[in-house]
Amino acid sequence: MDIKEKRILVSLVASVLIMLFYGWYIYSRYIAGNPDILNDFKFWGRSFLILIPIAIVVQIIIQIIFAISVYIANRGEDVDLDPVDDERDKLIELKAIKISHYLFIVGFSLAMGSLALGMQPWVMFLVLISSGFIASIVNEIFRLYYYRKGV
Amino acid sequence: MGKVIITNNIRTLRFFANEMTQQELADKTGVSRQTIVAIENGKYFPSLELAFRIAHTFEQPLDAVFSFDLNDAPEKKTKK
Repeated sequence: MDIKEKRILVSLVASVLIMLFYGWYIYSRYIAGNPDILNDFKFWGRSFLILIPIAIVVQIIIQIIFAISVYIANRGEDVDLDPVDDERDKLIELKAIKISHYLFIVGFSLAMGSLALGMQPWVMFLVLISSGFIASIVNEIFRLYYYRKGV
Repeated sequence: MGKVIITNNIRTLRFFANEMTQQELADKTGVSRQTIVAIENGKYFPSLELAFRIAHTFEQPLDAVFSFDLNDAPEKKTKK
């Protein structure tokens, strides 16, 4: 497994952990004691806007820790931690983005469908956020798949 | 339409180029070593530009590096 595949794997695990911990935090801190907050649009907006910077910062920290651990594992030898992004990388990225984009469109349609069926607005928000999360996970999985199997 | 089979002689050409390493070839063509590995193993077909860059590195014509074969036999659909 080369450095790019390892980096994708680390990012994948980090994304899952961030979402699990953040979801657990939001649930235990706000939703558990006050389920009515689910129908507050401000709550959803704030939760989502706070998640974005947290996810970016945690991802950067995890990638730095990963780079340091790779450096230590190779006993300080000259390791190319940031190999050049070439046409193959771009093709893999485009294909993975295309798949995750389709998946998000399906999720978005389901979210709108929940509104059309007269469900509570929180169902729409939950489906929307879940589909965004699943799309990003699938993106990473397909990038790994294309690196392994070929594109 | 028949299936296109593209093969390459990069491994042989590297050998005759003083056992050039994959990393050296990657550096000369401006791609990562993983891309050279993928091309050698037939897991990735390079763009025309990269194909010419590789051929230029070995000072060979393109068809000395890459071979093209068109299998005209109709493809059979196999049940999995």
